[in-house]
Amino acid sequence: MGWFERTYNRIKKGKKKIDVPDGLWTKCVNCSEIIYNKTLDDNLRVCPKCGYHFYIGARRRIEITLDKDSFVEYNSKIYSHNPLDFPGYEEKLKKGEQTTGLDEAVVIGEGKLGGKSVAIGVTDFGFMGGSMGSVVGERLTIIIERAIEKKLPLIIISGSGGGARMQEGVLSLMQMVKTSSAIAELKSKGGLYISVLTNPTMGGAMASFASRGDIIIAEPGALLGFAGPRVIMQTIKQQMPKNFQKAESLLEHGMVDLVVERPNIRPTLIKILNFLL
Amino acid sequence: MDQQSQRYVLDFERPIAELERKIQELKNLAKREGIDLSEEIQRMENRLQKLEAETFLNLTPWQRVQLARHPLRPKTLSLVNMIFDEWMQLHGDRLYSDDQAIVGGFGRINAYRFVFIGHQKGESIKENLKRNFGMAHPEGYRKANRLMSLAERFGLPIISFIDTPGAYPGIEAEQRGQAEAIAANLEKMSHLKVPIIVVIIGEGGSGGALGIGVGDKVLMLENAIYSVISPEGCAAILWKDQTKVEEAAAALKLTAQDLLKLGIIDKIVPEPRGGAHRDIEKTANNIKEAILEEIKILSEISPEELVAKRKEKYRKMGKFRSNKDE
Repeated sequence: MGWFERTYNRIKKGKKKIDVPDGLWTKCVNCSEIIYNKTLDDNLRVCPKCGYHFYIGARRRIEITLDKDSFVEYNSKIYSHNPLDFPGYEEKLKKGEQTTGLDEAVVIGEGKLGGKSVAIGVTDFGFMGGSMGSVVGERLTIIIERAIEKKLPLIIISGSGGGARMQEGVLSLMQMVKTSSAIAELKSKGGLYISVLTNPTMGGAMASFASRGDIIIAEPGALLGFAGPRVIMQTIKQQMPKNFQKAESLLEHGMVDLVVERPNIRPTLIKILNFLL
Repeated sequence: MDQQSQRYVLDFERPIAELERKIQELKNLAKREGIDLSEEIQRMENRLQKLEAETFLNLTPWQRVQLARHPLRPKTLSLVNMIFDEWMQLHGDRLYSDDQAIVGGFGRINAYRFVFIGHQKGESIKENLKRNFGMAHPEGYRKANRLMSLAERFGLPIISFIDTPGAYPGIEAEQRGQAEAIAANLEKMSHLKVPIIVVIIGEGGSGGALGIGVGDKVLMLENAIYSVISPEGCAAILWKDQTKVEEAAAALKLTAQDLLKLGIIDKIVPEPRGGAHRDIEKTANNIKEAILEEIKILSEISPEELVAKRKEKYRKMGKFRSNKDE
């Protein structure tokens, strides 16, 4: 028997657990502040105490970014299946649907921003990490092509920590080329592309459309990069510098134009559109 | 098998190596003792033939991964040296440094002049340290980018050799914009006005491979691999168990044979039996022939049509269905 093993329970459990209805309060992952959910939502899911930016889904993101009720979703009518028969992929897709209410990790459409029409695509980290498989790549390409065709400014808001989707193998890598090719086309035709990076955007998303905006805006504290911090740590076996791969560090290294807090993203986008167009 | 490759016998090659050793012993014995064992030797050599055929004609995906990573597998510059009649290397990205993990320069086959780029793994441990095991930093991709611009201006087709475990996952690589460097190349290569032939010669490690891997024609050596993630990484994520590499290698559909079926590559270039390292000259020759075959066709196409075709090719990449509840 160990020296410090307990032979009896000193801490008495309370007879009755006080029932706190799920989803009333949220503990800030950064400062541990307990925040009333309504307060958090009203604050666009930014911690009122420390400014930590919580995840928000694609639909809510569109709602807080575009002019009220201006968004018209483009229903591309394409859906993922399991082209490689990859183990467990269908379940992952189903789980993504259940957690986000979306049918894939991206929502595309058109809307207005400060009265100006824009083409917009938003990837949702809640759906398989916002990773890009065939459908995400195709939908993003469709919205880029629409922007070219209708001469609209393009805004892509990325929450794609999952990068290229593993479950679709090299088909996912090809989506990087497909989206990049469309972006190059847009630029060559004089189109404007603003990329908004949110926590986290990594790997294949970052190494294609996400990091090539004419203007790049990042949310504070967002993890942004190519390789994940765990992979880097395993490879180099040393401590990471402070703020490594955070939006603020990318700004310092010249990789993004602006780090903008969530409530200011909409006005910032409007300001840019008004200046350039 | 020569002496050098005997030092690197892969686990599935062991029965073959064992048989080869026995045959050699018999031969030595016959010579030493002056007895005639030719019948026995012949019998064993037939068995060896059969065993080799069985092994190398039915390679599993994981076995191909091992061959693709074989330490003696020919690297880009060795192949460049054999493929081109003459060649020269050029250096530096003009922005930061000269990444040793990506090489590039000029090369000529017959009357065809090319710009080549490629990942460069080391031939020895010492060289591998210099080459960073073929894992490039952003400056490697930017060197390739610069050479591609040069190729475009002089109307020279590009050959890109792919052989990397992946782009280097390091602090400085991230700070200098690894993702941006790769993304910039994807944009550039999708619209470049000269033919691009990509040859995957060893490991095609995800975005790090793709960063110089967009082309009109993508050729792949028979035992090369191309994958979105390493089998080890996939196994760790999927089964939380890094030893399940065989299952992961199969699930990822990373072999040339699978990728041809998926329409991701255009052609498989045969290797000598047992892998490219068994006969490097033959491997180089097979690649050279394949390049010549493609360039004859590609050089007839106008730059505008070339770009249009390439764009269309990648535009069609992807597999999905149009009915949700199919």
